[in-house]
Amino acid sequence: MASQHGTPPVFSNKLVAWIDHRLPIFSYIEKEYHTFPMPRNVNYFWNFGAIATILLVLMIATGVVLATNYTAHVDFAFQSVERIDRDVAQGWLIRDLHMNGASFFFIAVYIHMFRGLYYGSYKAPRELLWILGVVILLLLMATAFMGYVLPWGQMSFWGATVITNLFSAIPVVGPSIVEWLWGGFAVENPTLNRFFALHYLLPFVIVGVVALHVVALHQHGSNNPLGIDPKGPQDTVPFHPYLTMKDGFGVMVFLLVFCAFVFFAPDYLGHPDNYVKADPLVTPPHIVPEWYFLPFYAILRAVPDKLGGVIAMFAAIAVLFILPWLDTSRVKSCTFRPIYKWFVFVLLIDCVILGFCGANPAEGFWVPLSQVATAYYFFHFLILLPVLGKIERPLPLPHSIADAVLKKKAG
Amino acid sequence: MVSSSTPAGAHGDPTRRDFLMVASGAMGAVGAAATAWPFINNLNPAADTLALASVEVNVSSLQVGQAITVKWRGKPVFIRRRTADEVKAAAAVKTSELPDPQADSARVKKDKAEWLVLVGVCTHLGCVPMGNKSGDLKGNFGGWFCPCHGSHYDTSGRIRKGPAPKNLEVPPYQFVSDTLVRIG
Ligand code: HEM
Ligand code: FES
Repeated sequence: MASQHGTPPVFSNKLVAWIDHRLPIFSYIEKEYHTFPMPRNVNYFWNFGAIATILLVLMIATGVVLATNYTAHVDFAFQSVERIDRDVAQGWLIRDLHMNGASFFFIAVYIHMFRGLYYGSYKAPRELLWILGVVILLLLMATAFMGYVLPWGQMSFWGATVITNLFSAIPVVGPSIVEWLWGGFAVENPTLNRFFALHYLLPFVIVGVVALHVVALHQHGSNNPLGIDPKGPQDTVPFHPYLTMKDGFGVMVFLLVFCAFVFFAPDYLGHPDNYVKADPLVTPPHIVPEWYFLPFYAILRAVPDKLGGVIAMFAAIAVLFILPWLDTSRVKSCTFRPIYKWFVFVLLIDCVILGFCGANPAEGFWVPLSQVATAYYFFHFLILLPVLGKIERPLPLPHSIADAVLKKKAG
Repeated sequence: MVSSSTPAGAHGDPTRRDFLMVASGAMGAVGAAATAWPFINNLNPAADTLALASVEVNVSSLQVGQAITVKWRGKPVFIRRRTADEVKAAAAVKTSELPDPQADSARVKKDKAEWLVLVGVCTHLGCVPMGNKSGDLKGNFGGWFCPCHGSHYDTSGRIRKGPAPKNLEVPPYQFVSDTLVRIG
């Protein structure tokens, strides 16, 4: 890994040295989180990886505690979650942390991804790093979806029904796949049971993929707002104390906002219908997924054909996998891309519009609006990105990070 | 990687070793698939779930124009005693105009056109359509309306408008007597 400081560390503590000689965990920490060279110009957008990691730990900690009081059975699940909220000591807190933690996890991951989009962090040699990130996003979506089913409210049940039914759109084998997913003929007790088992498992799979993500990151080091590689020690600072402090500060500000929701508006991001116990015979008149799925839900509904809608929805994520090869520009950072820079913001606005479309019933002007926004989403990735990279004239790049940073300070 | 360094079989002819490589590789793949199968099949509906086969419903109290919802295999089943007008409307439609062409007569029992029995699950993404309770929206065609993404079904439960691709399914059922229906 790309540590610039080649000599192995010497530990003064005898026990540490003894262990490290046999199991080099201390050398590893030293190399990857202490002397590890970080570009000296990274900004606060570089905090969101650390923030997401903290949230992953928080979700596992609160989740395991919740699981000690939760009952995965259709007759008891709803009551067991109500009991956690009302009777279990601090149960309300653990549950509200877990519930809002999922939302804030997505906030952190989405900001983290737009950071990568704006500064071109997905480009060579970081393609696999980016792809592993998209894998984490998919696992996170699956985990959050199955977690939302566990409290067995009306939205849990009907969300599960609608999403599993997406697979029935597959020709020929679709219906058998859906029954296989359910373990029955509808979303029922076997479904709830397996969702709990997988909801417990997947976060640990995420931990594994995050580890690979970090290995890939440390192979070439972090990208930075200028999108040019550090050329020597004058361009970098050691991870500790510079980035441990900066990340620590960012984490605390983020957690402050998070706690404001947990303590003062714990149900603001949720849906009241999920406090009504699941009823397989009555669909609520307006079912919506959690906010973080709304843009994808809008894409699903924008296409009037059942199979077409499902394909479009999955394609919306699939394009992210090939993003490194769709962008033809040789310049990484949008700081030096005078035209594309604005289109990243247009894409952001497009995603927000899709979110509103997904939250509203598919009627009236929401239908054409979601169709236009869906078309634009794919236009951005499949046409704009490849073409613009060829015709845009990037601004001149600075010689080095130190050059650019010091010039800015002087001027 | 092996064949190029194999002494026998010059000029790229397959050797005994190539054959053994392919044969053992194929055996390994079959073994892996056979091992994976129990894990995959394990998730399919269990025998007791499959055995929850039938329910019997007494429909004697149902007046003309009324409908009830019962549960069968975890799903809602609609039983509607249709009015003469509804039956007429369903029969009058040209099947060629339907997205999923089917005559009304093929969806009811002979001489029991009054009775319509349907799985109450929208063929789009599985919501329960409205229209079975009095006062419910019934959609543009007087049958059922699915609020999730706006599918309209007619008085025969056939899809007429919206994203659903198929008609509401007719489950296997029979009239045990004039007032008793067995579903499943
Ligand atoms: C990536 C990490 C995770 C995410 C994104 C996540 C997400 C969620 C979500 C969205 C809910 C529904 C909350 C609600 O509306 O009540 C939930 C519930 C639940 N989760 Fe997780 N979860 C994660 C990790 C875990 C882990 C590791 C466990 C450990 C067993 C766990 C156990 C539970 C339990 C028992 C519930 C049901 C109680 C409840 O609904 O509050 N979760 N999860
Ligand atoms: S589930 Fe009925 S219209 Fe989508």
